[in-house]
Amino acid sequence: MDAVMFSRIQFAANISFHILFPSITIALGWVLLFFKLRYNSTHDTAWMRAYFTWVKVFALSFAMGVVSGVTMSFQFGTNWPGYMEHVGNIAGPLLAYEVLTAFFLEAVFLGIMLFGFRRVPNKVHTLATFLVAFGTTMSAFWILALNSWMQTPAGFEMRDGVAHAIDWWAIVFNPSFPYRLIHMLLASGLTVCFLMAGISALRYLAGDRSESMMKAMRTGIYAGAILIPIQIFAGDQHGLNTLEHQPQKIAAMEANWKTGPNIPLVLFAWPDESAKENHFEISIPNGASLILRHHADGVVPGLDQFEGNHPPVLPLFWGFRIMVGTGLLMLLVSWLGAVYLWRRDSVPHWLAYVMVPMGLSGWLATLAGWYTTEIGRQPWLVTGILRTDEAVGGVAASHVATTLAIYLLLYAGLLASYLGVLVHLALKAAREGDSAPLPAVLEQALAQPVADR
Amino acid sequence: MTIDWPTILPLIAATLMGVAILIYVILDGFDLGIGILFAVAGDHEQDRMISAIGPFWDANETWLVLAVGLLLVAFPIAHGTILTALYIPVFILLVGLILRGVAFDFRAKVPAGHKQRWNRLFFLGSLTASLAQGYMLGVYVLGLRTGFPAFVFGALVAMCLAAAYVAMGAAWLIYKTEGELQKKAVLWLRSALVFTVFGMVAVSIATPLASPRIFDRWFLFPELLYLSPLPILSAILFLLLWRKTFQLPRPDGRQELAPFLILSAIFALGFAGLAWSFYPYVVPDRVTIWQAASATESLALILAGTAVVLPIILFYSFYAYRVFGGKAGDLTYD
Repeated sequence: MDAVMFSRIQFAANISFHILFPSITIALGWVLLFFKLRYNSTHDTAWMRAYFTWVKVFALSFAMGVVSGVTMSFQFGTNWPGYMEHVGNIAGPLLAYEVLTAFFLEAVFLGIMLFGFRRVPNKVHTLATFLVAFGTTMSAFWILALNSWMQTPAGFEMRDGVAHAIDWWAIVFNPSFPYRLIHMLLASGLTVCFLMAGISALRYLAGDRSESMMKAMRTGIYAGAILIPIQIFAGDQHGLNTLEHQPQKIAAMEANWKTGPNIPLVLFAWPDESAKENHFEISIPNGASLILRHHADGVVPGLDQFEGNHPPVLPLFWGFRIMVGTGLLMLLVSWLGAVYLWRRDSVPHWLAYVMVPMGLSGWLATLAGWYTTEIGRQPWLVTGILRTDEAVGGVAASHVATTLAIYLLLYAGLLASYLGVLVHLALKAAREGDSAPLPAVLEQALAQPVADR
Repeated sequence: MTIDWPTILPLIAATLMGVAILIYVILDGFDLGIGILFAVAGDHEQDRMISAIGPFWDANETWLVLAVGLLLVAFPIAHGTILTALYIPVFILLVGLILRGVAFDFRAKVPAGHKQRWNRLFFLGSLTASLAQGYMLGVYVLGLRTGFPAFVFGALVAMCLAAAYVAMGAAWLIYKTEGELQKKAVLWLRSALVFTVFGMVAVSIATPLASPRIFDRWFLFPELLYLSPLPILSAILFLLLWRKTFQLPRPDGRQELAPFLILSAIFALGFAGLAWSFYPYVVPDRVTIWQAASATESLALILAGTAVVLPIILFYSFYAYRVFGGKAGDLTYD
């Protein structure tokens, strides 16, 4: 393998590790605000207990996101200097606005949100919670604007091989941006819903029946049950948008080798790129034409149109199916859970056992989806403007390989520790339930922030 | 020099980047320093030290993101050149920052038996991050040169910057703690100062020797006259601080922030000296800030946003420091 491939794997490893944590914090910030607002209006301390339990998960996830994000900002320069040299005029301002409008906001108010409950008036604490949630969402806004621009560039012109901005509105609101942003925000929402449901189910199985746990479980299952059909619809719209702007990506996702009408929907196959055909194919006749063109005779573009200029088929085909499959499982589990909660205000044991591993289903679907869309951009770094292999730096392959190996070890260790701590926190909370006083706080003091005036 | 936007905007961007780096070095300097001091602190003291930085560290590190971000977005060519040349030290810095950033949170949340492990990682991460930053500074001062002499010089600067961070950390602890820990912090500050002085003198001597251009900037008349206040003022501040370490802590609890402020002033003076040495280059002796700058319209957009947002950021950062002002207590989530 050469430096380009190692650099790609390294970037993929870093960004895959990174996205796990923002996909939690973006939505968890809003859920914490919801808990806080419920507490403010009901004065039910169970809401505040749920808040304190989940604010710990937020703090830990936030720290993981920050440190892996710092890595990304350096890697643009260390591994991909060509990227900023060619499209820095576009990417630069978008990244700068992310730092200015999002990073500082969340980082500064995080301190108050985490440790300031007894130091600032309750209203300021609620405001800090809001600002942190708002900051994480702004961060998603800017980074997805940039990512979408790389997929479907607009609003610029090339002068001497360098992109220059001519219309910032068109750059930010490029053709795929609204779809991608909504798809990602919903993905984050679902990741948090299922994580909450999963951790709560773990506490439930450990014998915990506390009200604060039930509040988190209801929040996770009900919100998940509402969000998943919306996500399926949004994903479909995103797919149609991709068909319009990046048809080669759709052709690879569907492993459709020939352009034409009456294209079947391939459910299972092993795409073979050298033979340009699928092995072991199971498919629904006319399915792809129906889904993509809403007509059995609809002409669907195939890979034969994009000879030598389409992404690798196998990872796209399977990445897409893993995402959709996980989404359908989420639909099933959340709706079952919602029915049980609605009828009996509890879930059966077997369902709780299913919900625990489903706690990580959001991560799986998010990663599979990102792999589909990012590998689907290849061989381009910025579609039609800059190829990935043109942007790589001159660092020796051995250096990149060594650092990659250490990153992978580090990430594996951190991920194991992170999951270990989540389980530890859940079991500890389950032992304590709602009866134990919160650390160093009397039951009564909990309802009253010291500085409430 | 003509006065038009393509001339002025890169200059403003470079100034802002310099300010961001300076603020980063001062702010993250104290929490990195406290991380290094973990090695010599007891268990209870460690908890108190974390309380002294817990609410701030994240925002402190954001200044690094802003500085690298400005380098990335305002001077994209320099960003690539500098960071590819410093590939390995940047990697070590990142691993250090990753370890310490998460160790912070993990140490408070893992089962009691695992806490010690994360304390060690917090120390190791802080130390390697500080050393890597110092090494990068040293190599940058030498114009990104490679080879054994550059390595030795980089290693020297690495140790001195780490010592300077320890001094900052100790000074912050003098402000944020009381009792035994505060007394210890005074001793830590005094020991660290020796190395800090050594490092600043080494960099000051090596910088002009490394580049004839920089030599001329400093040692020609009349520049010599304008610039002489920089080293003289630094020396006076050092002596003042040295004397303070024998007077603190005072029974009336006053002047506890003074060491931190004096050290910050010394950092600012040293930084001004470096900035003067390298201006107008962003990659020493190779690429000027105008050659490396992004397109004028992109810079204008970045700087317009910065002009609006930076005062707001400063305002709410001060607010956060005020909320958590006074002596550090126990840090809890409620």
